[in-house]
Amino acid sequence: MGENELLNQVNKIFIDVLDNEDIILTKNTTAKDVTEWDSLTHIQLIVAIEKHFKIRFISSEIRNWKNVGEMCLCIANKLNK
Amino acid sequence: MHSPTFQELKKNLKKDFSGLNKIKVAVLGDSATQLYVQAIRGYGYEIGVSFEILEADYDQIERQIYDPASELFEFSPEFIIIFYSTNKLLKTFVNLSNSEKSTFTKFQIEKFKNLYISILSSISCKILFFNFTELNDSVFGNYANKTDVSFIYQLRFINFELMNLALQLKNFFIIDANILQSQYGHKFITDNNIYINTELLFSIDFLPIIAKNTLDIIQSINGRFNKCLILDLDNTLWGGIIGDDGIENIQIGDLGIGKVFSELQLWIKQLKQRGIILAICSKNDEEKAKDPFEKHPDMILRLEDIAVFIANWNNKADNIRHIQNILNISFDSMVFLDDSPFERDLVRTHIPDIKVPELPVDPADYLNYLRTLNLFETASFTEEDEQRTIQYQEEAKRSIIQQQFTNERDYLKSLEMVSMVEPFNTFNIPRVSQLSQRSNQFNLRTIRYSEEDVKKIAYNKDYQTFAFSLRDKFGDYGLISLVICNKIGYQTLFIDTWIMSCRVLKRYMENFTLNILVQKAKESCITELQGEYLPTVKNKIVKDHYQNLGFIFKENIWRLSIMTYIEKPCFIKLKSKL
Repeated sequence: MGENELLNQVNKIFIDVLDNEDIILTKNTTAKDVTEWDSLTHIQLIVAIEKHFKIRFISSEIRNWKNVGEMCLCIANKLNK
Repeated sequence: MHSPTFQELKKNLKKDFSGLNKIKVAVLGDSATQLYVQAIRGYGYEIGVSFEILEADYDQIERQIYDPASELFEFSPEFIIIFYSTNKLLKTFVNLSNSEKSTFTKFQIEKFKNLYISILSSISCKILFFNFTELNDSVFGNYANKTDVSFIYQLRFINFELMNLALQLKNFFIIDANILQSQYGHKFITDNNIYINTELLFSIDFLPIIAKNTLDIIQSINGRFNKCLILDLDNTLWGGIIGDDGIENIQIGDLGIGKVFSELQLWIKQLKQRGIILAICSKNDEEKAKDPFEKHPDMILRLEDIAVFIANWNNKADNIRHIQNILNISFDSMVFLDDSPFERDLVRTHIPDIKVPELPVDPADYLNYLRTLNLFETASFTEEDEQRTIQYQEEAKRSIIQQQFTNERDYLKSLEMVSMVEPFNTFNIPRVSQLSQRSNQFNLRTIRYSEEDVKKIAYNKDYQTFAFSLRDKFGDYGLISLVICNKIGYQTLFIDTWIMSCRVLKRYMENFTLNILVQKAKESCITELQGEYLPTVKNKIVKDHYQNLGFIFKENIWRLSIMTYIEKPCFIKLKSKL
């Protein structure tokens, strides 16, 4: 899966989970840029992403991403294994 | 019946809750409860309730309860959910000495009981208490069962003692998280990477299930629960088609996959013994359909278990309406089981309020699936519950007799009705309270009274209480109506509560009741009776109750002058113990 396609799919999950059609993610997007993205909705995003890509994050990964780019990279690494 | 996901519940939060029935709930937990709270509020929308929820700050259970000035008491909830987690329990446990470990349960239960006492001495409410999900701490292995200093021993002991506490304390109810864990599995209900990061104990997928389970308890305490199970026959209660295969070839007992249906019937039989009314609704010739109930040696359900038996070729929605008519309970308290997707869909479309489980394709999965739905939650159990089927069978006979009389008066006279009237006493208080909790339709003010409340009223001199029983030549209805009058002035009685079971509608029971009230009022020199109608979604049938009985509406209250009262006609004889 290409970088853009991955970002695109993650974006769709954000729209669905956060219930906001206007979300447009870039690699540089952080939690501060999206109103609904807080520590609680983060958990729902994690679970939705895990289900969608059929992957499992390890506990330390969940808290270490600085932006959407790092999150996508982490997903990509798991998908390529 | 739809099982919503957490995501769907969350979307509900944005919907319009105005106009929904409000219930105040407080959630106190020693782990993070935010998502549980969201799930409860979201599920509330699905069942037409707007939950107003106070969520205490993290790990504040004792502070909220022991501080009389806390937000909890200011909020004054109807329900308090207390959620201690197994993880925290283990943390406390591991720091104890062996002698402390062996008395851990006693200590914990004492603590829980004190919380209860402290809450109930300040506000009147119901406590819903999470029991502990089991956790294999793998310290003693199987030997944990053989020593009282193991965590597993103490954990199970606590769960057991919590049940004893629930037996003892009227307003203490258990949320059985442990049984849900055994149903869904530890792996499903928890998510380790999330717990480590957030202190949220439950997985996202488990939240709707635990929320529903919580609301089932609240709803049943508030009198909303399922009372009747309507069953199809062919391929639902037995394998095969009785009309085609004949009685010797239907699958029940040892034949074919008969075990599936035997186990299902055993479950249904137990529900009946617990007070669930059973009805049959089947497309069959009546005689053929009844045959297995009378003659098949392996059938567990027998005709005497069935309150209403309908087998014909009419459409099932009409037949269910007919059953509803006889039983006189609302559609939303009925469950319909049928293996045919066509019939399920038809019934769902025509009777939206009835619950129709989407049975699995394989009958072997029926029972497990039905058990996960928790269809038959209840908040009480009395001996009368066991008698209910007989009462409804009598009702079915009455409805046949009624068709033979063209004149209502002749019919009512022929019933030879006798009513016994008593004040509330030790013997009738449980049933009085049950009627107060359960009656939604013929209920003028819908004030719910627990057994404790009823006792207080019974011994309060400012109240006059009446419990009415009714029997006729077909059988005994038992206690079917109650009235609580409050003396609010020197010569004025206010009817605080007037409740009647809908099973005795159209018997002029309300005329009889009023005659008795007036007679008693005269004896205590009362000159005016006052009544009030508080509308709810369900009590429209008594909207004009006081008007019909000759009360006059003045200054926002219905009033009846005792002096000018003329006794109302009725066909019920009095047998008094007042």
